[in-house]
Formats: sequence, structure tokens, C-alpha cells
Amino acid sequence: MVEFLQFTLSGVVFGMIYAAVALSLVLIWRGTRLLNYGQGGMAMFTTYVAIEVVYRTGSYWAGFAVALAAGIVLGAICQVTIIRPTMNKPPLNAVIVTIGLLTLLEGLAGIFFGGQYRSFPAAFSVTGLRAGGTPLGVSRFDVFVAAAVLVTTGALALTFKYTSAGLRMRAAAFNTTIARLSGIRVARVLTVGWALAGLLGALAGVLVSPSTFLYPNSMDTIFVFGFTAAVIGGLDSPFGAVIGGLLLGLALSYAGGYLHSGASLVPLVALGILVVVLMVRPGGLFSATQVRRV
Amino acid sequence: MSSDTDSATPALAVEELVAGYGGVVALNGVSISAGTSAITAVLGANGAGKTTLLRAVSGMIRPRRGRILLDGADLAGRSPEQMVRAGIAHVPEGQGVIPELTVEENLRVGMMSWPLGRSRAERTAALDEAYGRFPLLAARRRKLAASLSGGERQMLVIARALLARPRVLLLDEPSLGLAPRVMAQVMDLVVQLSREHGITIVLVEQNARGALAIADHGVVLNLGRVVAAADAATLAADVALRHHYLGF
Repeated sequence: MVEFLQFTLSGVVFGMIYAAVALSLVLIWRGTRLLNYGQGGMAMFTTYVAIEVVYRTGSYWAGFAVALAAGIVLGAICQVTIIRPTMNKPPLNAVIVTIGLLTLLEGLAGIFFGGQYRSFPAAFSVTGLRAGGTPLGVSRFDVFVAAAVLVTTGALALTFKYTSAGLRMRAAAFNTTIARLSGIRVARVLTVGWALAGLLGALAGVLVSPSTFLYPNSMDTIFVFGFTAAVIGGLDSPFGAVIGGLLLGLALSYAGGYLHSGASLVPLVALGILVVVLMVRPGGLFSATQVRRV
Repeated sequence: MSSDTDSATPALAVEELVAGYGGVVALNGVSISAGTSAITAVLGANGAGKTTLLRAVSGMIRPRRGRILLDGADLAGRSPEQMVRAGIAHVPEGQGVIPELTVEENLRVGMMSWPLGRSRAERTAALDEAYGRFPLLAARRRKLAASLSGGERQMLVIARALLARPRVLLLDEPSLGLAPRVMAQVMDLVVQLSREHGITIVLVEQNARGALAIADHGVVLNLGRVVAAADAATLAADVALRHHYLGF
């Protein structure tokens, strides 16, 4: 019973990180029907920026803030410089460009920051919390991880729902033609979408790296988990992305905890879930869309 | 080809417009003029170039040649975002609402071309005005647009276009797929917009008889060229033209 509680809580924490990555993919997918394969690379790169700032200033929070800002800037720059020129081309062009972006960022990270594993600091203690005498399997830092993702996604949800900028983004995502005819500068809205995706990716990178170490490929697995979570949620639905992240976090935590040699099976379990979801409910759990081209 | 002798100054004049898609030339030197506050019907068979004409005027496709004059200023080559700010609103054919948004959100999208400085009060007043004109929409303001009937959707789309405060309104088949009674309501509304609100209307219709009944002026397109342009009564009386191009 204690084990189950521990697996559940740690599943929720990792699920929140997958949710952040999933949400970043959904933000870009909704606007342009493009899966950004470079998302993990962007998150890795901004996390390196953060680690440099932390080492130089000695302040975790300075690194944290710079990472988020770098995510916004990197997302916007990528959209304007390499994605925008592909917009009137066949859809596959943009996909290839995002794969190229991933390769480029991983290469640059190796050149600038080196290929070795680096440890990334945590904001709070990583020793496990206890309720009474019972170890909960999560630390103070894990609580911060979950809270940070919840606050960010909550703020985004409120922005989308209640502000004019949010309405612009939703209108542009649902129907580009009507949005443009109504005067919405859709190209600019897409840049904002990439900036927000960059922010979420950067957040995920900073939050996950204390548990994974940081190296040029360190976000690859997290990207696959985030993608799986997004597909579970339907790729179109921000709410679905968060739920998908939580479900996947729990599933992987139970698999890692209960299965014999579970830890090494976790990526396989994620891929299995991805395949099953695509076969059984290709539209995801929360999408109104029936058919989707991938 | 009959010449256009409309004495009123045209609000919108299209001159020698050439436009198309890829290798296809859909408009091959089309000139029309839409009189200020008048209804100009653009008629013709499928593939005549009617929709392409509206798409070129609203900036959805870039004309290869020709001029698009709004009150004398050439706007050819501008983007849709710029065209709507210049005063040209386009209601495209078919599913013009955004079903995933509520009725009120759809209407708010109509105000996205407004300058940023406009106050919240002005926007609320504009919304109230729209609800005053379309009470059915007021009753459903919090409902998703997906829940509306075909006629209500068409009202919502027109209401949204009006919120952009256009001088020229381009309507593409507003009566398509509507029941006859609802179709009549939409046509009445179009007349009202032109007569009472002074909006210049360019109306593309498959239903030529209905369009000519409310239009001041008509233009007939065939294979990307203007084959006739005259006042609506003259076109409606031309039996050969009707049989040939308009199917009634």
C-alpha cells in the first residue's frame, strides 16, 4: 500500500513534466498541424543556458528565470527564421526542418557545452518527504515541479479563455482563413505560439534535469514521453495534453515500480501505450477530430 | 459586353484583374464596379470565377495583374489582414462560423481588426448593437457556435463581418443550403444593410433569380471573363442571357 502511494505520487510528478512537454507540442500542432521534433532539443539547449547562469551567478532562480526567457526567445526566433519560410511549402518540409533543428541544437550543445553528463541543481531538497513515519516517495522539489507546471498551465488556460490575445490564438488555430479575414495577424500569432511552446519546453527541461542529468540527447526520451502524452490527449486539446501527461506518468511509474526489471522497460511501455492509443483511438481521448493525418 | 454607366461613384472598382491558382487562370481581366451603398450581384455558373473574384478582392489570393480600388486607392496585393482594416469584409462560402468558439467569441473575433486603443466600453457597445440586431444570437451568446442552425450561423457570420465596420461587404453564397424562409430573411438583411446602413455589397450567388431580385446592379462572369454588366432589371429581362449563363 505504501509502495502504491509512492508510485502514484512520483507518477503524478513525472506526469506533470510530460504534460508540460505535451502542451508545448499541442500549442504548435494546433496552430499549424506541425509536430515540432525540435521541441526536446530546444528544451535541452535552454537548460544548458540555465546551468551556465546557475554556475556563474550561484543563483538557481536566476538560471530558472533565464531558462524560461531563453525558451520564449528561442521559440520565437526558430519560428520566424526557419519555420515561416516553409509555410507555403508542402507540410513535410516543415517537419524535416524541425528534425534539422533538433540535430542542429544537439550539435551546437556538444560544441558549446561539451558532451559529458552534467548534473543540474534542484531548487529544493530532493530527500523524500514523510507523512508521519511513512515515506511518500516524493521530495520537496517534486512538489515544486508539480506546482510549477500546474501554475504555468493554469495561467495559460486562463489567458486562452479570457483574454483577447488568447481568443486570437484560438481563432487562428481553429480557422486560419476566418482569422485572417477578421484581421488577426496569424503569422504573428504563430510566433507567439512557438514562444509559449519554448517557454513550456524550457520549464520541463529545468524541472526534469535534476533527475536525468543534462547532456545533448538528454531530452530525447522526455520528448517521446511528451509526444505520447499529447497523442493520448488528442494533440488538439491542451486539457487533453495535461491529462495525457498525468496518465502516462502514472502508467510509467507503476510499470517501473511493479514490473520485474521495470526501470529498463519504461521507454518500451511508453511506446506500447503510444501504439495502442493510435490503434484504438487515433483521435486521442479528448479530441473531437475523427481522422488525423500524421 | 455591355458597358457600365452607373452614375454613382463606385466604392469598389476592380480593373483588369487577373488571378488564379497555380497554372490555372480563374480570372482573366475582370473589371467590375460596385456603386456606393448599392448591391452588386456577381452571377455565373460554377467555375465562372465568382468566388475567385471575392478571394482576390479580400486578399486571400494575390492578383497577378490589375487594380482593386477602394474609394480610389489601389489595394491590390494587400493581405486579408490589411484589406479588412482598409474596410473590405469578406464572408466566405459555407462554414463561416468557428464552431469551437462560443457565439460571443465568434463576434469578438469580428472586432480583431479594430485599433488597439479602442476601449472596452466601445467593444461592449458594439456587441450590444449586434445583439440588438440579432436577438437570436443574444439568447445564445454563451453557447458554442456549433449548436446553431444553418440560418443562425449565417446571421452570426454576417454579424461578425459587420463588427469589422466595413464599407464594402463581400458575401459569397449567403443563402447556400438554407431553407427558403431563412433564405428570404438573409436576403432581407442584405437589403437592409445596403439601404439603411449604407454598406456597399458585392453578392455572389448561385441563385441568380433571388440575387437579381434584390440587387441594384449585376455582373455575369463566364470562364473568368465578364460577359454582361448592367442594372439588375435589365439582366433579369434578358431572356437569352438568362438561359445561357444564369439557368432560369
